[in-house]
Amino acid sequence: MAFDSFSAFLVMEGHGPYVWVCYGVFVLLLAGMMFWSFRTHQDIYQICKRGYEQQSKVGQPKPKAPATFTRVEVSQD
Amino acid sequence: MWQFFHKLGSPKWFYGIATRFMPWLLASGLLLLVAGIVWGLAFAPKDYLQGNSYRIIFIHVPAAFLAQSIYIMMAFSAVVTLVWRMKLADVFVKAVAPVGLVFTFLSLFTGAVWGKPTWGTWWVWDARLTSMLILLFLYGGVIALDRAINDEKSAARAVAVLVLVGVVNIPIIKYSVDWWNTLHQPATFKLTEKPSMAVEMWVPLVLAILGLYLLFGWLACLRMKTEILIREQRTRWVRDLVLAGGK
Repeated sequence: MAFDSFSAFLVMEGHGPYVWVCYGVFVLLLAGMMFWSFRTHQDIYQICKRGYEQQSKVGQPKPKAPATFTRVEVSQD
Repeated sequence: MWQFFHKLGSPKWFYGIATRFMPWLLASGLLLLVAGIVWGLAFAPKDYLQGNSYRIIFIHVPAAFLAQSIYIMMAFSAVVTLVWRMKLADVFVKAVAPVGLVFTFLSLFTGAVWGKPTWGTWWVWDARLTSMLILLFLYGGVIALDRAINDEKSAARAVAVLVLVGVVNIPIIKYSVDWWNTLHQPATFKLTEKPSMAVEMWVPLVLAILGLYLLFGWLACLRMKTEILIREQRTRWVRDLVLAGGK
Protein backbone atom coordinates (compact mmCIF):
# COMPACT_ATOMS: atom_id res chain seq x y z
CA MET A 1 0.00 0.00 0.00
CA ALA A 2 1.20 3.52 -0.77
CA PHE A 3 0.09 4.83 2.65
CA ASP A 4 1.32 4.11 6.19
CA SER A 5 -2.15 3.90 7.78
CA PHE A 6 -5.84 3.98 6.92
CA SER A 7 -6.21 7.55 8.21
CA ALA A 8 -3.29 8.63 5.99
CA PHE A 9 -5.12 6.95 3.09
CA LEU A 10 -8.28 8.98 3.85
CA VAL A 11 -6.46 12.30 4.33
CA MET A 12 -4.04 11.85 1.39
CA GLU A 13 -1.80 14.66 2.68
CA GLY A 14 -4.59 17.21 2.41
CA HIS A 15 -5.81 16.12 -1.04
CA GLY A 16 -8.36 13.65 0.39
CA PRO A 17 -11.45 15.89 0.07
CA TYR A 18 -10.74 16.55 -3.64
CA VAL A 19 -10.10 12.89 -4.42
CA TRP A 20 -13.03 11.49 -2.41
CA VAL A 21 -15.56 14.00 -3.75
CA CYS A 22 -14.59 13.02 -7.30
CA TYR A 23 -14.85 9.29 -6.59
CA GLY A 24 -18.12 9.77 -4.70
CA VAL A 25 -19.77 11.66 -7.56
CA PHE A 26 -18.37 9.17 -10.10
CA VAL A 27 -19.72 6.11 -8.25
CA LEU A 28 -23.05 7.83 -7.53
CA LEU A 29 -23.67 8.84 -11.14
CA LEU A 30 -22.42 5.59 -12.66
CA ALA A 31 -24.38 3.38 -10.24
CA GLY A 32 -27.44 5.66 -10.55
CA MET A 33 -27.34 5.51 -14.35
CA MET A 34 -26.97 1.71 -14.33
CA PHE A 35 -29.78 1.23 -11.82
CA TRP A 36 -32.10 3.71 -13.57
CA SER A 37 -31.48 2.09 -16.98
CA PHE A 38 -32.16 -1.36 -15.50
CA ARG A 39 -35.33 -0.16 -13.77
CA THR A 40 -36.63 1.53 -16.94
CA HIS A 41 -36.06 -1.69 -18.89
CA GLN A 42 -37.96 -3.70 -16.28
CA ASP A 43 -40.86 -1.19 -16.27
CA ILE A 44 -41.19 -1.17 -20.07
CA TYR A 45 -41.00 -4.97 -20.14
CA GLN A 46 -43.80 -5.23 -17.54
CA ILE A 47 -45.97 -2.69 -19.41
CA CYS A 48 -45.57 -4.73 -22.62
CA LYS A 49 -46.35 -7.96 -20.76
CA ARG A 50 -49.51 -6.56 -19.17
CA GLY A 51 -50.63 -5.19 -22.54
CA TYR A 52 -50.16 -8.56 -24.29
CA GLU A 53 -51.95 -10.41 -21.48
CA GLN A 54 -54.91 -8.00 -21.68
CA GLN A 55 -54.99 -8.35 -25.46
CA SER A 56 -55.10 -12.13 -25.26
CA LYS A 57 -57.93 -11.94 -22.70
CA VAL A 58 -59.99 -9.57 -24.91
CA GLY A 59 -59.26 -11.62 -28.04
CA GLN A 60 -60.48 -14.92 -26.56
CA PRO A 61 -64.23 -15.80 -26.71
CA LYS A 62 -65.95 -15.32 -23.36
CA PRO A 63 -66.43 -18.61 -21.57
CA LYS A 64 -70.08 -19.66 -21.41
CA ALA A 65 -71.82 -19.44 -18.06
CA PRO A 66 -72.27 -22.88 -16.60
CA ALA A 67 -75.83 -24.28 -16.80
CA THR A 68 -77.86 -23.69 -13.64
CA PHE A 69 -81.15 -25.09 -12.44
CA THR A 70 -82.62 -22.24 -10.47
CA ARG A 71 -86.27 -22.03 -9.63
CA VAL A 72 -88.04 -19.39 -11.65
CA GLU A 73 -91.09 -17.77 -10.10
CA VAL A 74 -93.77 -17.24 -12.75
CA SER A 75 -96.73 -15.12 -11.95
CA GLN A 76 -100.13 -16.96 -12.19
CA ASP A 77 -102.10 -13.74 -12.68
CA MET B 1 -18.79 -9.06 -43.35
CA TRP B 2 -21.88 -7.86 -45.23
CA GLN B 3 -23.88 -10.71 -43.73
CA PHE B 4 -22.89 -9.51 -40.25
CA PHE B 5 -23.77 -5.93 -41.21
CA HIS B 6 -27.12 -7.13 -42.50
CA LYS B 7 -27.76 -9.13 -39.31
CA LEU B 8 -26.80 -6.13 -37.20
CA GLY B 9 -29.72 -4.28 -38.75
CA SER B 10 -32.18 -6.77 -37.28
CA PRO B 11 -33.53 -5.69 -33.87
CA LYS B 12 -34.53 -9.30 -33.11
CA TRP B 13 -31.01 -10.64 -33.75
CA PHE B 14 -29.44 -7.80 -31.75
CA TYR B 15 -31.84 -8.32 -28.81
CA GLY B 16 -30.86 -11.99 -28.58
CA ILE B 17 -27.10 -11.46 -28.89
CA ALA B 18 -27.15 -8.52 -26.42
CA THR B 19 -29.01 -10.60 -23.84
CA ARG B 20 -26.35 -13.30 -24.16
CA PHE B 21 -23.35 -10.92 -23.85
CA MET B 22 -24.67 -8.58 -21.13
CA PRO B 23 -23.80 -10.66 -18.02
CA TRP B 24 -20.20 -11.04 -19.27
CA LEU B 25 -19.90 -7.33 -20.03
CA LEU B 26 -21.22 -6.41 -16.57
CA ALA B 27 -19.05 -8.88 -14.64
CA SER B 28 -15.79 -8.18 -16.49
CA GLY B 29 -16.45 -4.42 -16.53
CA LEU B 30 -17.06 -4.22 -12.79
CA LEU B 31 -14.07 -6.45 -12.06
CA LEU B 32 -11.62 -4.39 -14.15
CA LEU B 33 -12.98 -1.02 -13.01
CA VAL B 34 -12.86 -1.93 -9.31
CA ALA B 35 -9.36 -3.45 -9.72
CA GLY B 36 -8.11 -0.32 -11.53
CA ILE B 37 -9.64 2.08 -9.01
CA VAL B 38 -8.46 0.20 -5.89
CA TRP B 39 -4.96 -0.17 -7.35
CA GLY B 40 -4.87 3.48 -8.37
CA LEU B 41 -6.23 4.83 -5.10
CA ALA B 42 -4.35 2.70 -2.58
CA PHE B 43 -1.32 1.07 -4.22
CA ALA B 44 -0.05 3.31 -7.04
CA PRO B 45 2.85 5.55 -5.94
CA LYS B 46 2.36 9.27 -5.26
CA ASP B 47 3.13 11.69 -8.10
CA TYR B 48 6.31 13.66 -7.41
CA LEU B 49 4.78 16.92 -8.67
CA GLN B 50 1.02 16.77 -7.98
CA GLY B 51 1.07 14.61 -4.85
CA ASN B 52 -2.02 12.50 -4.20
CA SER B 53 -4.47 14.70 -6.10
CA TYR B 54 -3.30 12.98 -9.31
CA ARG B 55 -5.26 9.87 -8.18
CA ILE B 56 -8.32 11.55 -9.74
CA ILE B 57 -6.77 10.54 -13.09
CA PHE B 58 -8.07 6.96 -12.64
CA ILE B 59 -11.64 8.16 -13.18
CA HIS B 60 -11.06 11.45 -15.04
CA VAL B 61 -9.26 9.93 -18.05
CA PRO B 62 -11.63 6.94 -18.49
CA ALA B 63 -14.66 9.29 -18.31
CA ALA B 64 -13.08 11.71 -20.83
CA PHE B 65 -12.16 8.82 -23.19
CA LEU B 66 -15.72 7.51 -23.05
CA ALA B 67 -17.23 10.97 -23.53
CA GLN B 68 -15.35 11.39 -26.82
CA SER B 69 -15.58 7.76 -28.00
CA ILE B 70 -19.36 7.68 -27.52
CA TYR B 71 -19.71 10.79 -29.68
CA ILE B 72 -17.51 9.24 -32.41
CA MET B 73 -19.64 6.05 -32.30
CA MET B 74 -22.77 8.21 -32.52
CA ALA B 75 -21.30 9.96 -35.58
CA PHE B 76 -20.72 6.59 -37.33
CA SER B 77 -24.28 5.59 -36.44
CA ALA B 78 -25.56 8.92 -37.79
CA VAL B 79 -23.92 8.16 -41.17
CA VAL B 80 -25.52 4.69 -41.17
CA THR B 81 -28.90 6.26 -40.30
CA LEU B 82 -28.69 8.78 -43.13
CA VAL B 83 -27.23 6.46 -45.80
CA TRP B 84 -28.71 3.02 -45.08
CA ARG B 85 -31.69 4.03 -42.88
CA MET B 86 -30.81 1.22 -40.49
CA LYS B 87 -33.21 1.22 -37.52
CA LEU B 88 -30.65 0.02 -35.00
CA ALA B 89 -28.25 2.88 -35.78
CA ASP B 90 -30.85 5.41 -34.67
CA VAL B 91 -31.72 3.25 -31.65
CA PHE B 92 -28.03 3.34 -30.68
CA VAL B 93 -27.80 7.15 -30.91
CA LYS B 94 -30.93 7.63 -28.83
CA ALA B 95 -29.85 5.06 -26.22
CA VAL B 96 -26.28 6.24 -25.64
CA ALA B 97 -26.60 10.05 -25.86
CA PRO B 98 -27.59 10.36 -22.14
CA VAL B 99 -24.67 8.06 -21.21
CA GLY B 100 -22.31 10.32 -23.15
CA LEU B 101 -23.77 13.34 -21.38
CA VAL B 102 -23.10 11.77 -17.95
CA PHE B 103 -19.50 10.84 -18.86
CA THR B 104 -18.82 14.33 -20.24
CA PHE B 105 -20.20 15.87 -17.05
CA LEU B 106 -18.04 13.50 -14.96
CA SER B 107 -14.93 14.38 -16.94
CA LEU B 108 -15.62 18.13 -16.50
CA PHE B 109 -16.48 17.79 -12.81
CA THR B 110 -13.48 15.63 -11.88
CA GLY B 111 -11.25 17.90 -13.98
CA ALA B 112 -12.52 21.00 -12.18
CA VAL B 113 -12.00 19.44 -8.73
CA TRP B 114 -8.54 18.24 -9.79
CA GLY B 115 -7.77 21.73 -11.09
CA LYS B 116 -8.21 23.41 -7.71
CA PRO B 117 -5.19 21.86 -5.90
CA THR B 118 -3.15 21.63 -9.13
CA TRP B 119 -3.76 24.97 -10.91
CA GLY B 120 -5.30 26.92 -8.02
CA THR B 121 -8.61 27.37 -9.83
CA TRP B 122 -11.74 25.31 -10.54
CA TRP B 123 -12.19 26.56 -14.08
CA VAL B 124 -10.40 28.45 -16.85
CA TRP B 125 -11.77 29.21 -20.29
CA ASP B 126 -8.94 27.42 -22.08
CA ALA B 127 -9.32 25.41 -25.27
CA ARG B 128 -9.54 21.88 -23.77
CA LEU B 129 -12.05 22.78 -21.06
CA THR B 130 -14.20 24.94 -23.33
CA SER B 131 -14.33 22.32 -26.11
CA MET B 132 -15.36 19.68 -23.54
CA LEU B 133 -18.10 22.03 -22.32
CA ILE B 134 -19.27 22.36 -25.95
CA LEU B 135 -19.39 18.54 -26.12
CA LEU B 136 -21.67 18.56 -23.05
CA PHE B 137 -23.98 21.05 -24.80
CA LEU B 138 -23.91 18.93 -27.97
CA TYR B 139 -25.07 15.87 -26.05
CA GLY B 140 -27.80 18.00 -24.42
CA GLY B 141 -28.82 19.31 -27.85
CA VAL B 142 -29.03 15.80 -29.32
CA ILE B 143 -31.27 14.61 -26.45
CA ALA B 144 -33.47 17.73 -26.61
CA LEU B 145 -33.85 17.57 -30.41
CA ASP B 146 -34.80 13.90 -30.31
CA ARG B 147 -37.49 14.59 -27.71
CA ALA B 148 -38.80 17.69 -29.48
CA ILE B 149 -39.77 15.88 -32.73
CA ASN B 150 -42.65 13.44 -32.47
CA ASP B 151 -42.18 11.68 -35.79
CA GLU B 152 -39.58 8.94 -35.26
CA LYS B 153 -38.06 9.09 -38.77
CA SER B 154 -37.84 12.91 -38.87
CA ALA B 155 -36.27 12.92 -35.38
CA ALA B 156 -33.72 10.29 -36.46
CA ARG B 157 -32.66 12.35 -39.52
CA ALA B 158 -32.50 15.66 -37.60
CA VAL B 159 -30.48 14.10 -34.77
CA ALA B 160 -28.10 12.43 -37.26
CA VAL B 161 -27.42 15.79 -38.95
CA LEU B 162 -26.79 17.50 -35.59
CA VAL B 163 -24.43 14.70 -34.48
CA LEU B 164 -22.47 15.00 -37.74
CA VAL B 165 -22.20 18.79 -37.47
CA GLY B 166 -20.95 18.45 -33.89
CA VAL B 167 -18.30 15.85 -34.71
CA VAL B 168 -15.97 18.68 -35.79
CA ASN B 169 -15.54 19.35 -32.06
CA ILE B 170 -13.81 15.98 -31.45
CA PRO B 171 -10.46 16.76 -33.18
CA ILE B 172 -10.58 20.20 -31.52
CA ILE B 173 -10.80 18.51 -28.10
CA LYS B 174 -8.02 16.06 -28.95
CA TYR B 175 -5.53 18.55 -30.41
CA SER B 176 -6.48 21.58 -28.28
CA VAL B 177 -3.54 20.92 -25.93
CA ASP B 178 -1.13 20.95 -28.92
CA TRP B 179 -2.67 23.81 -30.94
CA TRP B 180 -3.13 26.29 -28.08
CA ASN B 181 -1.34 27.21 -24.89
CA THR B 182 -3.53 25.61 -22.25
CA LEU B 183 -3.33 24.87 -18.53
CA HIS B 184 -4.38 21.31 -19.30
CA GLN B 185 -1.49 18.86 -19.49
CA PRO B 186 -0.80 17.04 -22.82
CA ALA B 187 -2.18 13.53 -23.42
CA THR B 188 -1.12 11.19 -20.60
CA PHE B 189 -0.64 8.29 -22.97
CA LYS B 190 -1.26 7.56 -26.63
CA LEU B 191 -1.98 4.26 -28.33
CA THR B 192 1.01 4.69 -30.64
CA GLU B 193 3.63 5.82 -28.10
CA LYS B 194 5.21 4.55 -24.90
CA PRO B 195 3.39 6.10 -21.91
CA SER B 196 5.17 8.89 -20.06
CA MET B 197 3.89 7.56 -16.70
CA ALA B 198 5.43 4.89 -14.49
CA VAL B 199 4.17 1.35 -15.11
CA GLU B 200 2.65 1.24 -11.59
CA MET B 201 0.49 4.21 -12.59
CA TRP B 202 -0.56 3.41 -16.14
CA VAL B 203 -1.48 -0.26 -15.60
CA PRO B 204 -4.34 0.62 -13.17
CA LEU B 205 -5.33 3.44 -15.52
CA VAL B 206 -5.59 1.00 -18.45
CA LEU B 207 -7.62 -1.40 -16.27
CA ALA B 208 -10.03 1.40 -15.30
CA ILE B 209 -10.39 2.50 -18.94
CA LEU B 210 -11.10 -1.06 -20.14
CA GLY B 211 -13.53 -1.63 -17.26
CA LEU B 212 -15.48 1.53 -18.02
CA TYR B 213 -15.64 0.65 -21.76
CA LEU B 214 -17.07 -2.78 -20.87
CA LEU B 215 -19.62 -1.20 -18.51
CA PHE B 216 -20.54 1.20 -21.30
CA GLY B 217 -21.10 -1.87 -23.51
CA TRP B 218 -23.49 -3.26 -20.90
CA LEU B 219 -25.30 0.06 -20.55
CA ALA B 220 -25.58 0.50 -24.33
CA CYS B 221 -27.00 -3.04 -24.77
CA LEU B 222 -29.51 -2.57 -21.93
CA ARG B 223 -30.70 0.86 -23.10
CA MET B 224 -30.91 -0.31 -26.74
CA LYS B 225 -32.99 -3.30 -25.66
CA THR B 226 -35.38 -0.94 -23.84
CA GLU B 227 -35.67 1.27 -26.93
CA ILE B 228 -36.26 -1.80 -29.13
CA LEU B 229 -39.06 -2.98 -26.79
CA ILE B 230 -40.74 0.44 -27.10
CA ARG B 231 -40.42 0.63 -30.89
CA GLU B 232 -41.14 -3.00 -31.76
CA GLN B 233 -43.86 -3.75 -29.21
CA ARG B 234 -46.42 -4.33 -31.97
CA THR B 235 -44.32 -6.99 -33.67
CA ARG B 236 -44.94 -10.70 -33.32
CA TRP B 237 -41.41 -11.56 -32.13
CA VAL B 238 -41.51 -9.10 -29.18
CA ARG B 239 -44.93 -10.41 -28.19
CA ASP B 240 -43.74 -14.03 -28.32
CA LEU B 241 -40.54 -13.16 -26.45
CA VAL B 242 -42.29 -11.28 -23.63
CA LEU B 243 -45.10 -13.81 -23.22
CA ALA B 244 -42.50 -16.60 -23.10
CA GLY B 245 -40.77 -14.75 -20.25
CA GLY B 246 -37.56 -14.02 -22.18
CA LYS B 247 -35.72 -10.93 -20.96
